[in-house]
Amino acid sequence: MTHLVVDQLKFGYTERMIIDGVSLELRAGEVLVLLGANGAGKTTLLRLIARQLKLESGKMLLDESDITKLSRRNLAQQIALMPQHENQTSTLTVHDVVSLGRMPHCGWWAPLSNADQSRVEDAITATGLSSFRNRSILELSGGEWRRMILARAIAQDASVLLLDEPIAGLDLKYQYEVLDQVRQLTKQNRLVSVVTLHDMNMAAMFADRVAILHDGKLLAIGKAEEVITSALIREAFDVEVSVMRHPTLGTPLVVPLHNFSKTRSQTGGESSYSNAEF
Amino acid sequence: MYLVLIAGLILAFTSVASLFVGAIAISPWDAMEFLLRDASGLTSTERTILFELRLPRMITAILVGSSLGIAGVGFQALFRNPLADPYIIGASSGAALGVTIAIMVGWQAALFGLRTTAVAALLGSLLIVAIVMFIGSLSGRSNSLSLLLAGVALSSMINSIVSLLMFWSEEKIMVIFAWLMGSLANNGWPSIASTSLIALIGLVILWGLSRPLDSYLLGDVASQSLGLNLAWFRLLLVAGASIATGAAVSSAGIIGFVGLIAPHMARWTVGPKHVWQIPMSACYGAMILISADAIARTIVAPTELPVGSITALMGCPFFLGLLLFRSRSSTVLGDAS
Repeated sequence: MTHLVVDQLKFGYTERMIIDGVSLELRAGEVLVLLGANGAGKTTLLRLIARQLKLESGKMLLDESDITKLSRRNLAQQIALMPQHENQTSTLTVHDVVSLGRMPHCGWWAPLSNADQSRVEDAITATGLSSFRNRSILELSGGEWRRMILARAIAQDASVLLLDEPIAGLDLKYQYEVLDQVRQLTKQNRLVSVVTLHDMNMAAMFADRVAILHDGKLLAIGKAEEVITSALIREAFDVEVSVMRHPTLGTPLVVPLHNFSKTRSQTGGESSYSNAEF
Repeated sequence: MYLVLIAGLILAFTSVASLFVGAIAISPWDAMEFLLRDASGLTSTERTILFELRLPRMITAILVGSSLGIAGVGFQALFRNPLADPYIIGASSGAALGVTIAIMVGWQAALFGLRTTAVAALLGSLLIVAIVMFIGSLSGRSNSLSLLLAGVALSSMINSIVSLLMFWSEEKIMVIFAWLMGSLANNGWPSIASTSLIALIGLVILWGLSRPLDSYLLGDVASQSLGLNLAWFRLLLVAGASIATGAAVSSAGIIGFVGLIAPHMARWTVGPKHVWQIPMSACYGAMILISADAIARTIVAPTELPVGSITALMGCPFFLGLLLFRSRSSTVLGDAS
């Protein structure tokens, strides 16, 4: 039973704390979405849990084992991180990259077993990449690239999935498909998934719990309807919104209240643009 | 895999062909008979030329070329830069310093069949690479940029020291200069045996890193999340590539461009996966050096040109072509077809 605990995590540079005393506890089968403004510390928190950054203080336990004491390979068998960006310095194919997800299990040299191969195929199929499997990764669009990285994280077969903006650059259909896939995997395999998103409505529909980070601190954590409120959004993002109820799902629905009419009139307005073009 | 086998066959053919090319012509059939059966059909001069000169030279070319080829793959991957070569972090300047000092002070240190200059070059190159790694790690993060900067800075300083030493030892300047130009001559069988062992160690380390190398090219974050301990991986990578470079410089001095060209040719042929790229680059490195050596021995025979100049002459147009090609392509390390 996967059980992830992070307790009073701190990380920062000389005069600025990026993560300041964040504590979370997640149990098997749970999806947590991290929300927060740019620079709030979402990516840093994921990278700390994946031990890509060195913790200043705090504790991180996975199934009661100290994460900081695990070997790098053992860690990768248990925690998969899908980063926001990756280098484009190779022409490996989609299949090659997804196969690398098996490296924590089969090591540096051993060939992939039949079981490894079938994990890779499953991950490729699940992310809708079958027709791209032999394509060079440099030929992928941004959305296809993200699906490939997700496929690799799935192939990694870890009990904790840390996904940093997995739907950035995807069209709505693939946003649903990817998040559906993550939810299904999390529930079926009793994983723990921590996902950063910018879309609050999507977060409300997708997450079991939502956490808001603000200036490296945990501002709020709980069910979507407890956390996605106009007051907390104002505090975290410094914007005015109205939070309504989704007409069919009943989840919070964030409606932005920003008025663009001022800037429209300054630039000549929509109507004059239309006249000029059409 | 088939492409690597075909390259191996072409290498074997090129190697045998190089045996009957030279100032004194020896027929291909006699050369083959010498290799496969006995040397009874050859005159004693031909026997000496084949067994004492051309065969050791051919094997040295294979060892040096393949070592430079795999070291080039290693360093291009380490710096995620297609313009890196085996000498990028100071192996050549270290070797040059070792040899210059050895020649100046008349040091005699033949070891395990290696000549004094070979021992001095090997020690010099490995010492400087070790210093570069130490300086690179002082930055607190053993990343490839620190290594690159430390290597470039230290190489410049050592090259200046070598120039000053050459300036002060006027009577030995030609000996040092001849070594710096690179040559495949004068490697006896004991030296070849030692070099083979060193080259093999480099090859085993680098080939063993094939899969991690594939992941490393996706970036530090990705490779770490796939279980790669970056500090250990970089240490092994630099060690393997430097040992291979050391094998090459100790046998043949400084031979440029082979380690730059061979990895690109390998990527174009077998693609970016290192498990195939490394043996393919070894084959290409060996083929390039055997061909360059054949040209160096024959073009103005009986005078022999320094093989390092031939590889540079062949390599420079390639290098420029690469720059032009890169300007039309967004690819960095993936110019494979």
